[in-house]
Amino acid sequence: MAHPAVSVLEWQLVVYRRTWRAGLLGYFVIPVLFLLGIGLGLGGYVDQGGRLGVDYLAYIAPGLMVASAMGIAAGEATWPVLAYLKWNQMYQAMLATPLRVWDVLVGHVSFVVFRTLLASAAYLLVMLVAGAVRSPWALLALPVAGLVGLATAAPVFAFTARQEDDAMLSVVQRFVIVPVSLFSGVFFPISQLPAAVRPLAWLFPLWHGVELSRGLSLGRLAVLPALGHVAVLLAWSAAGLAVAHAVFRRRLVW
Amino acid sequence: MISARGLVKRFGDFTAVAGIDVEVTAGEAFGFLGPNGAGKSSTMRMIGCVSPPSGGSLRVLGRDPVRDGAAIRARLGVVPQADTLDGELSPRENLVVYARYFGIDRRTARRRAAELLEFVQLTERADGRVDALSGGMKRRLTIARSLVNEPDLLLLDEPTTGLDPQARHLVWERLFQLKKRGGTLVLTTHYMDEAEQLCDRLVVMDGGRIVAEGSPRDLIATHSTREVVELRFADDHLADLAGKLTGVGERAEVLPDRILVYADDGDAAVAAVHTRDVTPASVLVRRSTLEDVFLHLTGRTLVE
Repeated sequence: MAHPAVSVLEWQLVVYRRTWRAGLLGYFVIPVLFLLGIGLGLGGYVDQGGRLGVDYLAYIAPGLMVASAMGIAAGEATWPVLAYLKWNQMYQAMLATPLRVWDVLVGHVSFVVFRTLLASAAYLLVMLVAGAVRSPWALLALPVAGLVGLATAAPVFAFTARQEDDAMLSVVQRFVIVPVSLFSGVFFPISQLPAAVRPLAWLFPLWHGVELSRGLSLGRLAVLPALGHVAVLLAWSAAGLAVAHAVFRRRLVW
Repeated sequence: MISARGLVKRFGDFTAVAGIDVEVTAGEAFGFLGPNGAGKSSTMRMIGCVSPPSGGSLRVLGRDPVRDGAAIRARLGVVPQADTLDGELSPRENLVVYARYFGIDRRTARRRAAELLEFVQLTERADGRVDALSGGMKRRLTIARSLVNEPDLLLLDEPTTGLDPQARHLVWERLFQLKKRGGTLVLTTHYMDEAEQLCDRLVVMDGGRIVAEGSPRDLIATHSTREVVELRFADDHLADLAGKLTGVGERAEVLPDRILVYADDGDAAVAAVHTRDVTPASVLVRRSTLEDVFLHLTGRTLVE
């Protein structure tokens, strides 16, 4: 028999089946806007400097893709989680069945990863059409985006599950997700950052995802650093899930 | 089905359930009757294997809820106090999705969903949105959902609280059907009429303890008289008036808005009341109910 968490993923897919059309357009529109506006518009100026060794469009596209994966994962791990925990008590209802807290958590996180994969696939498609992809290895940027989604969603699930109301949820978006997006090497190499700030970029999952994604898309990824980046993303995922599980248990079993 | 000995539930310094003994056997409809805060829901959550007991022993379906929680829950049907339905989905989707949590295959889940929607008379609304259903319909859907795994034991926490009378009767009627089929029902309620209608046997809970146990009829016979005279007065010095009624019937209770005189023969008690120096604005003779049992045992009414 399938793992019990699969039935939780199924529930989310049934919910999603009703709403996916509305979101789908956004999955394509956002990358088109970003790639046109920043990649081509701003890129025209950046390329005159010629210091990146590659078109600005091809440079930022794979980074934008994983940054968007992070943003989607963070969004999906905030309001919906608090709603199921508190407002409509969907998680409670599931725990009256043979499902365990772990199954519920893993099932819902899987759906969040699924959504980041979907959005990233759309991104990759737009990148291809825009001529921003330089190597067939770019296909592997898709699982990288999924992993960034997991490494983001897991700790954010833990954070959300500690909240009583949604006051702090928008703070995550504004003061964590946005700055991390700006300073994780998506738009410029982190060597541009002051040396004192650089370790902050190493700390968060996104920079590791950007390095992997860009390396694959440009076809110039070195194996050893790549393994390091994957390890950091896995560590965030595992630690995030463990903490989220503990917080979920405290919140749901009393 | 359920066996509890000295069962305790504490939340920090607060003791919600203060050591209760309960036995429920197969085929029985068993009730926990008591006011809000009596410890009924905490007890139900422990029996439902979603809340670990703080003390005492508990066996559900012959197993230990802490160790075998998931296996026990697989055979339970639970109707929680609040409808935890997915409002974005249709009633049918709610049932199928829920069945999948029990590992029931899709084909069986769809068949049972159709049967249960029929059972709770929601077939016509099966594919609309749950959000658009009335309170009574949602309750019936929640009952249908609790049956999707063909449970050995059905737990209902305040099944009709918040429903209008007509919706309550529809829910009761469905629960009667389940009872007739030989299902084992355990429910909590603070409605004495619900307890009287549905329960073969019940315990009266107050402040986390069981204060009485028996069939509704036994409880009334033991803790109340056959009939009750309700006296209402224009005057509101009810305590003084009650003093003048000493010796009428077996005893009297003074409520904020009326005096209750307990007597096996209500009409004789009314006649006796008229010999005293009192002029009630209204007189009503009725049968004793579980409400009277609760009032006698705790000095308080069930629904404040």
